[in-house]
Amino acid sequence: MKIRISPRNISVLIASIWLGAFSLLGLTAHAAVEPAIGADNARHLLNRTGFAASEADISTFAKLGRTEAADQLVRGVRTVATQAPPAWVSDLPVPAARLRDMTQEERLAELRKNVERAFELREWWFREMLNTPSPLTEKMTLFWHGHFATSQQKVRFTPLMYEQHVMLRRNAMGNFGTLLREVSRDPAMLVYLDGANSRKEQPNENFAREVMELFTLGEGNYTEADIKEAARAFTGWSVDRDTGKFLFRRGIHDYGNKTVMGKTGNLDGDQVIDVLLAKPATARFITRKLWKEFVSPAPSGAGEEAEFNRLADLFRDSGYSIAKLMRAMLSSDAFYAADNRAVLVKSPVEFVIGTMKQFDIDTPNLRPFVIASALLGQNVFTPPNVKGWPGGETWINSATLLGRKQLIDRLFRNEDRMDAALRNMDEMADRNGDMSPPGREARQRRQMERQMGGIRWNLDKWADGFTEGKQKATPLQSMTRVVLAVAPQNSPVQSDKPSDWARQLVQDPVYQLK
Amino acid sequence: MNRRQFLQSMAIAAGVPLAGSLNGVSWAAPLVSAADQSVASPYRNLLILIELKGANDGLNTVIPYADPEYALLRPKLAIARDQVLQLSEREAFHPSLQPLMALWDRKELAVVQGVGYPNPNLSHFRSIEIWDTASKSEEYLEAGWLARTFAVRPAPRNFAADGVVVGSSDMGPLSGPGIRTIALADTAQFLRNAKLAQANSDGRNAALKHILSVEQEIVHAAGKLNANYTFKADFPRNAFGNQVKTAAQLVASKAGIATIRLTHAGFDTHANQLPTHANLLRDLADGMASLKAALVELNRWDSTLVMTYAEFGRRPKENQSGGTDHGTANVQLLTGGKVKGGLYGAAPQLTRLDGNGNLPFAVDFRSTYATVIDKWWGGESAGVLGGKFAALDVLKA
Repeated sequence: MKIRISPRNISVLIASIWLGAFSLLGLTAHAAVEPAIGADNARHLLNRTGFAASEADISTFAKLGRTEAADQLVRGVRTVATQAPPAWVSDLPVPAARLRDMTQEERLAELRKNVERAFELREWWFREMLNTPSPLTEKMTLFWHGHFATSQQKVRFTPLMYEQHVMLRRNAMGNFGTLLREVSRDPAMLVYLDGANSRKEQPNENFAREVMELFTLGEGNYTEADIKEAARAFTGWSVDRDTGKFLFRRGIHDYGNKTVMGKTGNLDGDQVIDVLLAKPATARFITRKLWKEFVSPAPSGAGEEAEFNRLADLFRDSGYSIAKLMRAMLSSDAFYAADNRAVLVKSPVEFVIGTMKQFDIDTPNLRPFVIASALLGQNVFTPPNVKGWPGGETWINSATLLGRKQLIDRLFRNEDRMDAALRNMDEMADRNGDMSPPGREARQRRQMERQMGGIRWNLDKWADGFTEGKQKATPLQSMTRVVLAVAPQNSPVQSDKPSDWARQLVQDPVYQLK
Repeated sequence: MNRRQFLQSMAIAAGVPLAGSLNGVSWAAPLVSAADQSVASPYRNLLILIELKGANDGLNTVIPYADPEYALLRPKLAIARDQVLQLSEREAFHPSLQPLMALWDRKELAVVQGVGYPNPNLSHFRSIEIWDTASKSEEYLEAGWLARTFAVRPAPRNFAADGVVVGSSDMGPLSGPGIRTIALADTAQFLRNAKLAQANSDGRNAALKHILSVEQEIVHAAGKLNANYTFKADFPRNAFGNQVKTAAQLVASKAGIATIRLTHAGFDTHANQLPTHANLLRDLADGMASLKAALVELNRWDSTLVMTYAEFGRRPKENQSGGTDHGTANVQLLTGGKVKGGLYGAAPQLTRLDGNGNLPFAVDFRSTYATVIDKWWGGESAGVLGGKFAALDVLKA
């Protein structure tokens, strides 16, 4: 990371020294006034917590101190999406009696309808990511979606996936205990992990296992006996077949004594969750995972270990306030450390949405971008398994790296050739079979939609914006700072055309990192 | 230290200079000459996997035509006795598999029946993950079984790649660290796209290092592959035929590849199975026959093992829609110049179905992997597979 001293940085520095002096003299109300973070730190903060921040947001945040900046981001998190959802989200399930009478064709049609709806849901979410005033809301919701992984492929009835999403969004920056309790009653989760049919005669251990292994404690912090006992406590937590809502079925709940991690009694699911929340391992497990999402692959060195411990303790002591944890994490030394810049691989969603936002690529039809993200390994509402997306370096293999490069190449080589890139994606989708609704009809529909879409963007206009010299840096330096988290890996571009610089920068390996 | 760093340090220790990257073609000098390595390496023996995606109906592939239960379970779907291609007095091939009869008659085709695993999972996604990672039913492993195999025992550095995945962006058994895998649909297109990658110097952190090493794998493979060979053999003009042709082109590149995975998709035949399944099997058999012709032409038939697999078989009892639902134990086909043709495993026990109406298994699927690792590549499968699984005796000495 190069240190750039701009006149503004200097003035901020002077200002903070002044303020520091005042605070020493006890002339300010606050115990300590933090120095403004400056533009580069603001960009780091906003890009880690969002998708390709706008210059306007960066200059606003540049003036804030670390705590203020983190606080403003966390307070800005919303609990409800800004975009109106598809109309079908309040549809009821097909009644069981009718389902029995359906012909195979009708069943297939029902399945296709849900597959199509899942696409609409993904497009809706992508549109929210592009337009929300609080990108951190989306990052947190996506984080919890990966954490409490649930897949449309098993749940099938898409409105349940929407309801779960609404619940995750509502709690994304709320209280982890509340979130966990709502997840344990969530109909999509009850279907996905087989809780819906778990009865005292035959408790299903799926949810009980994952709630310990994946949602709270992590492997090695519980026994098989704990799982068996906990499974009994969750029996009867089911779904009303007619409404698709949570239903406690008293008749199949096990009211006997259970022992989970030393606690014995007629435990129900909530009491098992209490036991799990009381364990320090839970706070550490969640804090570590959030660290991996926002700070670095793992705490490194004694200083960061200490910082991590402080954060995990704070999380537990706060009664699992996600907001308090995030505020502390996003204002920590580790978060801003020079060694932690560009150390995280962008997820496919971050890569696709970030590129669209960075280069002002505006289109009414988001399906091709949903498909692109899926082909690059992240199909939202369809994580690969109960463990969610493993993320990190696993995002990148030869197929996905070339896929990312090819998508970028086609987007940047010639704006008119968007169609070719997307057609290619379609072909890949068809080859993969499971990605897309099968058959020619679906492909034609997608093509038609695509042609109607008309993706408009103008790379030259975007790139030429850097020639105006609003900063001391050269136009290429300014552009590099906007596009890449650290200096490029590849040698500098030999061209006078700003659009060529942009093409080169997005093909740089560093463009894959945040 | 990752595998590459390890190899580099070995090279340095041995006083072998490492070549730089020139034109992004080659980045490390081979430890010994290419010819010596290919002969010495067990990975001169090529494995070609064919995934029958969606779950092939084993019972209508290798048909227990003499078992009266078969026709009872499948009033609509049973293949008439006078149409099947007899393999024994009990088993027969589906008529679409006629192109495979030449392999069967030459005793180069092994048919393994009753392959499965304990506590079968009936979800496509979960069950293929179990197959790909060679895990237990209730165990979640990150890396594919081939990735683990190559992590322990890599192919020579001068190979283009440990493995190539053709026609799928899902790496399946080749997914994970420690294996050099390239995914492509078509060699020429891969070579065009690979121009977007460039070999590069060492990265500043682990994530960047990883990206650069993947980029280097692409450049390395692209430097060795070509699509120039013109075959005398004909390839079927369908999706699977195209994959077979790509696989043959990869072998013809003489680039050094230890394993290739193809994916023949569309086997999830829940409704109107008869015509769909007949077409799928015909494409499979045509493709396998042309693969043999191409490999014979390249003088690689005796050093290639071809193996099919799927996430599970299909339910013995047909459903109300003229199709079959998700099942368990299934059939695997193995062929190649070194394969001892014949029937292996155990015939389906149609009167011993489980609570879901599914078949018990007789051969653990990890035994077929042990066959590949221990017998075909002369390695040690127990560590990779997390336990000792008996290899099948399907290969000539």
